Amino acid sequence: MRKPKPISAYPGFSQVTWLCMALLYAPILVVAVYSFNAIRSITTWGGFSLAWYAKAFANPHIQAATLNSLVVAVAASVAATVIATAAALALARGRGFRGRGGVFVLINLPLMIPEIVTAVAMLIFFLAIGFQLGLLTVVIAHTVFCVPFAYLPIAARLSGIETFYEDAAQDLYADRWRSFRFVLLPMMMPGIFAGLMLAFIISLDDFIITNMVTGPGTTTLPLAIYGMVRVGFSPEINAISTVMLLVSVFFVSLSYLVGRRRA
Amino acid sequence: MTRARLLLLSPTLAMIGFFLLLPVALMAVYSFLSPGTYGGVEWLLSFDAYIQFFFERDFLTDELVFHTSYLSIYFRSFVQALAATVICLLIGFPTAYFIATRPPATRSAWVLLVTVPYWVNLLIRTVSMLFVLRDEGPLNGALAAAGIVDAPLRIAYTDFAVALGLVYSYLPFMVLPIYAAIERFDFSLMEAACDLYAGRWTILRRIILPTVKPGVVAGCLLVFIPSLGAYIAPDLLGGGKNLMIGNLVALQFQGSRNWPFGAAAAVLLLSAVLVALTVLARRRALSAAGN
Amino acid sequence: MKIVQSILVALVMSAAAVFSPPAAAAGELKLWNWFEYMPQQLLDKFSAEHDVKVTLDTYDSNETLLAKLKSGVRGYDVAVPGDYMVAILIQEGFLEKINANRLPNFRHVDPKWVDVSFDPGREYSVPYQWGSTAFSVDTSVYGGDIDTLAILFDPPPQLRGKINMLRDVNDVLNAGLRYLGHPRCNSNRAQLAELNNLLVGAKKHWLSFNSDGAKEVLVSGDAAAGMIWNGFGMKARAERASLKYAYPREGYTAWMDNLVVLKGAPNLENAKLFLNFMMAPENAAVLTNFAKYSAGVKGVEPYLEAELSAANELNPPTGAPAGEFVPSCPPEVVRLYDRIWTNLLK
Repeated sequence: MRKPKPISAYPGFSQVTWLCMALLYAPILVVAVYSFNAIRSITTWGGFSLAWYAKAFANPHIQAATLNSLVVAVAASVAATVIATAAALALARGRGFRGRGGVFVLINLPLMIPEIVTAVAMLIFFLAIGFQLGLLTVVIAHTVFCVPFAYLPIAARLSGIETFYEDAAQDLYADRWRSFRFVLLPMMMPGIFAGLMLAFIISLDDFIITNMVTGPGTTTLPLAIYGMVRVGFSPEINAISTVMLLVSVFFVSLSYLVGRRRA
Repeated sequence: MTRARLLLLSPTLAMIGFFLLLPVALMAVYSFLSPGTYGGVEWLLSFDAYIQFFFERDFLTDELVFHTSYLSIYFRSFVQALAATVICLLIGFPTAYFIATRPPATRSAWVLLVTVPYWVNLLIRTVSMLFVLRDEGPLNGALAAAGIVDAPLRIAYTDFAVALGLVYSYLPFMVLPIYAAIERFDFSLMEAACDLYAGRWTILRRIILPTVKPGVVAGCLLVFIPSLGAYIAPDLLGGGKNLMIGNLVALQFQGSRNWPFGAAAAVLLLSAVLVALTVLARRRALSAAGN
Repeated sequence: MKIVQSILVALVMSAAAVFSPPAAAAGELKLWNWFEYMPQQLLDKFSAEHDVKVTLDTYDSNETLLAKLKSGVRGYDVAVPGDYMVAILIQEGFLEKINANRLPNFRHVDPKWVDVSFDPGREYSVPYQWGSTAFSVDTSVYGGDIDTLAILFDPPPQLRGKINMLRDVNDVLNAGLRYLGHPRCNSNRAQLAELNNLLVGAKKHWLSFNSDGAKEVLVSGDAAAGMIWNGFGMKARAERASLKYAYPREGYTAWMDNLVVLKGAPNLENAKLFLNFMMAPENAAVLTNFAKYSAGVKGVEPYLEAELSAANELNPPTGAPAGEFVPSCPPEVVRLYDRIWTNLLK
């Protein structure tokens, strides 16, 4: 005899869920699988090969773009994390203050403004103040839109830490700096790390804004991939995409695991 | 504000205020200037950028004539974003519901499964979508092999491909807030309703949906807003033929060289988004007050 | 906690390592060129000969190059504008007057490319490659007469919905003007209105506007006809043999791309060295073998691949019209063209 379905189950919902998963994963899995194809085709399988990875890694344009992407992502994610940590300390500690809502909106502004608008606004601004487009403009732009991504996990972590730890430290005659450095900061560390990781992949992923504010010799990996896709499909693109895919998954999982850990 | 707090906030204020808020304000100013011949602006006050949305000069007489072609880009973007939102809702709601009714142990694994694609490079995801949809791509290959079609289905470079790309891009944004709302839903209400002989679908419509409505509204806006300003999906999947607002804006700064018009188009896009966000914030405030 | 700290340290160290590259070359050269137009082999050779680190960025049309320069992008040394764009760049003051005709290898330049209208006497620019812009048709899809612009503007049923146009205002508008039999650089409002109607009416037959992907859409079969430059068309044919480059009887554009040094180039001397390097016949030949257009210097023949001399794309059949160089148009025309173009794309 079949067990009666629980009242909360709706017919068809599980099928839709599987459809949803298929939609989310099928295209990237196809790309990943064909990156190992021995032949150039994207429809027929010619055996397993790592040739496209070798070719992609040996391509000097991809090497240069990867280096640019890493430089930008490290610089921007570190800067954004420092800014976001300071902001989280100001917003989450102590009593509310006038203008709190305004500051909160400001931090999240990069999430609210459509990327293309941010991109052209920054282009106009840099050129109007005579700021030479290049590595620095790309890093600045990335720092700005990474701040909210770094802020979220840090603020979440901080709001979970009771103030009595700092109070206790100060009762033991630690000054404010020491109680922050030796008590609060270590407890915040998982949130800070999670924020850093998220900011890092968000910076690594950006195309639209970078495309507008890029200058001589600062082509990042997404720009290089876009250029290659426009010119023609090559299994090399599949190989780089798969590597970037794995990097993203690695950092998200890391951020997720560390961010969840209790202090 | 204390001095310490001001000090802690100063980097945020400086960075986002100076490099985002100020640029957006400057962009708004540029939308009221005149275009330079090959790009850039002349510092002459002009409303042409906004007039251009509704009127064009006749080729023969230079008279202003009402036209709808730019409005139609906004309309198309609106329709595409709406279509993406509806499809996302139709797929996302059952998915969120299904996940929320899993045992707690497997639930977080499902949530992670929905979250991961969001963090994968949007460009790469769109490229892989194009790769799958092309005339000689794997999807058409599979359809032909199965004998469903003789000639390849034209999917890539159509409005349908763009809508599909938008759905694929922003589906996680729909699932997650709805999931969060359903997870908090008290399922004993459902049993109570069932005892009163309400059918499953009646319960869904009359009890669950009204309770989780804030989550649904949030999900819809989170899909709708980025879809409205999308650039990559229409560019790659649409073949650069049928523009959406994002492409129109970018075009003015690249090939067409009309900066004030591009700035005006961006201002109008931003206004639409801010209106949508205000609606969301007010709903949030209302539902918070209601609880 | 330890793990977190060690990862942070590793990140910072890798950043430090990245910011100070260990082996710095004596000099730099920042090159700005069209996509897929510069063989890596030549860059490597130049780097090795002169101990210069070369970086390459790309653009997809003359208009994009101009737009970026106009918007204040600086820091590149060398760019590769087409003929009419050289004239505009000189006029706008974007080029360094380097007396290119006094570079040692200038003696190799074919005399017919010395006194050109866009840079009389060659004070700013040296030849890079020259070729033509027409279109290729997949003859396995359509077997009829392809040497007419009707393929693009009034296509046979087999090609409808399968046509790619270049994303280039001048190439598309000039083709339309030729099809209508009207002059280029046209400011006649009635004729431009006619052109506008022609383009808007033909748009329903077009699949996409794509320049950098012009080869790919044909090779992949997504398009069965597409505007293309002759060398790119030859590369496309190498990957899909049924493609054929057309020589429309209404006429087609001929062009020459040129190396120029941008005003305020940070590495002026290296830039001149590079221009000189590219005029050496053996190097120009490597470029021609890669890009499949024609070199502007003499003496390349011994180094050229055999397939080039027989290629349809590089050798117009007898009876085909000669390609037409289109000069830069006055600002009034540019503004009208921009209006038609934006109207078409939207």
